[in-house]
Amino acid sequence: MEANTRSTGRLPAAFLTPGSASFMDFLSDHQPELLPGNKKLPPVQGAIEAPHGTTIVAVTFPGGVVLAGDRRATMGNVIAQRDIEKVFPADEYSAVGIAGTAGLAVEMVKLFQLELEHFEKVEGAQLSLEGKANRLSTMIRSNLGMAMQGLAVVPLFAGYDVDREKGRIFSYDVTGGRSEEQGYAATGSGSIFARGAMKKLFREDLSEAEATTLVVQALYDAADDDSATGGPDVARRIYPIVTVITEDGFRRLSENESSEIARSILERRLEQPDGPRAALL
Amino acid sequence: MSTPFYVSPQQQMADRAEYARKGIARGRSLVVLQYADGIVFVGENPSRALHKFSEIYDRIGFAAAGKYNEYENLRIGGVRYADLRGYTYDRDDVTARGLANVYAQTLGTIFSSVGEKPYEVELVVAEVGETPEQDQIYRLPHDGSIVDEHGAVAVGGNAEQISSYLDQRHRDGMTLAEALKLAVQSLSRDTNGSEREIPAERLEVAVLDRTRPQKRKFKRISGRQLSRLLEADGATTASEAEADANAEAEAEASGDNE
Repeated sequence: MEANTRSTGRLPAAFLTPGSASFMDFLSDHQPELLPGNKKLPPVQGAIEAPHGTTIVAVTFPGGVVLAGDRRATMGNVIAQRDIEKVFPADEYSAVGIAGTAGLAVEMVKLFQLELEHFEKVEGAQLSLEGKANRLSTMIRSNLGMAMQGLAVVPLFAGYDVDREKGRIFSYDVTGGRSEEQGYAATGSGSIFARGAMKKLFREDLSEAEATTLVVQALYDAADDDSATGGPDVARRIYPIVTVITEDGFRRLSENESSEIARSILERRLEQPDGPRAALL
Repeated sequence: MSTPFYVSPQQQMADRAEYARKGIARGRSLVVLQYADGIVFVGENPSRALHKFSEIYDRIGFAAAGKYNEYENLRIGGVRYADLRGYTYDRDDVTARGLANVYAQTLGTIFSSVGEKPYEVELVVAEVGETPEQDQIYRLPHDGSIVDEHGAVAVGGNAEQISSYLDQRHRDGMTLAEALKLAVQSLSRDTNGSEREIPAERLEVAVLDRTRPQKRKFKRISGRQLSRLLEADGATTASEAEADANAEAEAEASGDNE
């Protein structure tokens, strides 16, 4: 029957079966070999060398959320790429930033974007922000086999919740465990340093402009102490990718805007290399 | 055991076609028109939730007349086909021609296989291009044939009459307001030639707008924006209304993402 339907060129039965609005469910029924999690790895000794993306940070502010990432990918002690892009829009109201194995992560984001778009087209409505975060969780979990062999993908998901009218951040671990973060979050190799910086700089009443400055400050501090995180590269004009999500939707800051933020921070740091000081008490 | 009556193949196909055509004719007609900046879909639809028009992919829209459950299945099949193709290759490799082909094969196979009931649907698959010359509109009747259309096309019950009305009056380069008005006029003509009023709330309108900055060009038009476009009188105010509508569309672009 299957061969028969294919030979006539008509849509195979799986396409016309009513049911799930999930593209991943459809793939796993129809062509499971296309799902990234289903690729079997041959047994290998030790870790596989592949480019790794490094630091992603996110901060909420009243009215939205900012998600930003540095531009470096490393492979061992080598800088694999200077201008990699690790922050992507997931749909109109959310974005995902990725740390970990770059190749797998980009594939995961592509599938995640498609998953959200597919649902939207089939159902005629958007998934809730929680729903989107849960889908991403499932995708990370399906990558667990790869993660065990050193090819982990750990994203940070941020979005504007249209129902609650505020920006929200979700962080993940390699097993797909999901937790909502209050205020600020970071993932990737430089995340410890970035989180420290954000902890001291974060306030509840940040404006959008202040929030974008804060994330670039945090990335600067991460690059300062973590060799795998890239700072602003003035000579090559490579600046962090900064995205803002508000009720008006997703917006990526233009190169001019992010270079302006990065340059003003650089200028201050020439006088005060460790950045702004928080009050002692 | 009783012997079944002999029915000639010609008769059998004619019966099936008759059956499908009658089913389609029970549904309300809809029209798809080219205008200067894209393609507009207009139909009478009392429901806000059960759409006749929808987005298949970035530049591809879908319209259907006939039986809801059957065209809804085909629509979802189309979305799956397009998304799978875009995922395996690239977004640019999803074309209306490919999709129309798959639909035609599907409808054709179902129509000619005796075991299955023919689908009572007529579809339109449209793709908006960079320029009006690159726009593609395909009409797919119930039997699996494909008709490559230009300008304006009508499907559904009263399609022939509406088509001839549209063919006489449609011209290239109409504004959105002009095209919309023509579409509504054509839909409000009854079979006996009399006219009736279709209120804006009963209209379902969607566009594939090539000037939209997003990669997804499909957009529904409803509410205030629709009534403003319908009220716009003549060519001079039509462009104003469109500028108005565009400004509103930009403001709404993020909010109205169906």
